[in-house]
Amino acid sequence: MNPFRQAIGHLVSCKDVSRLLSQAEERPMTAWERLRVTWHLAVCSMCRAFERQLALMREAIRRYRS
Amino acid sequence: MDPEFGKELERQRGYLMRVARLQLRDTALAEDVVQDTLAAALSGQDRFTGKSSVKTWLTGILKHKIVDAIRRKQREPIAASTLDEEGDLEDFDGLFRQGGAWQAQPADWGDPEQSLRRQEFFDILQICLDKLPPNTARVFVMREVLELSSEEICKELTITANNLWVILYRARMSLRECLEMNWFSGGGNRA
Repeated sequence: MNPFRQAIGHLVSCKDVSRLLSQAEERPMTAWERLRVTWHLAVCSMCRAFERQLALMREAIRRYRS
Repeated sequence: MDPEFGKELERQRGYLMRVARLQLRDTALAEDVVQDTLAAALSGQDRFTGKSSVKTWLTGILKHKIVDAIRRKQREPIAASTLDEEGDLEDFDGLFRQGGAWQAQPADWGDPEQSLRRQEFFDILQICLDKLPPNTARVFVMREVLELSSEEICKELTITANNLWVILYRARMSLRECLEMNWFSGGGNRA
């Protein structure tokens, strides 16, 4: 992977991204958080997969209660 | 009173009980709360406009009854010790490497519809919810099923916003793991 993209991805770790994506369901992210998460997701397929898992669970719960 | 409407309400009893029990962790109290909910629904039948489903309408009533029940129990604050036990982020260290990268690639769960249109998926979801640690389940159900606001939950349970985020993160990570193990990698979604 190109080192520039890699450096951007490392501004925030996968662990932090997973926590921020979860918190985003309760509170708006700050502009800086959103920027770092967006950058990270752009270069990290693992976190993109995690984000899709969260979305599926959200939809599952929505149907569970309706 | 419309007997058909009564029957319709009765059909939702099982769902209401599952939610109330998850939330209150007390079967007798859950039964009372559900009974109150159904009674209130019957006497307030005129207020049901049909704009939402009966289930959604009943869940709205149940939400208030549960909040009342929690208040009557004089607010059982979630003890700091439970937070330590249940709310410890370090538990998830196994999921991540030293620098915070994923230990293992989160799996591709495929087309959501493939799972979400199957009743068996929701049976597994229920099992996974039941397996959450008690306080984690309480908070998760208040937030995601009863759709209380973060502020309301923090106030009722006397916890901080930060506690709440940690508990919900935990709940989602646990659910994810449970679904992964019992549905997605168990092949349930391909059966």
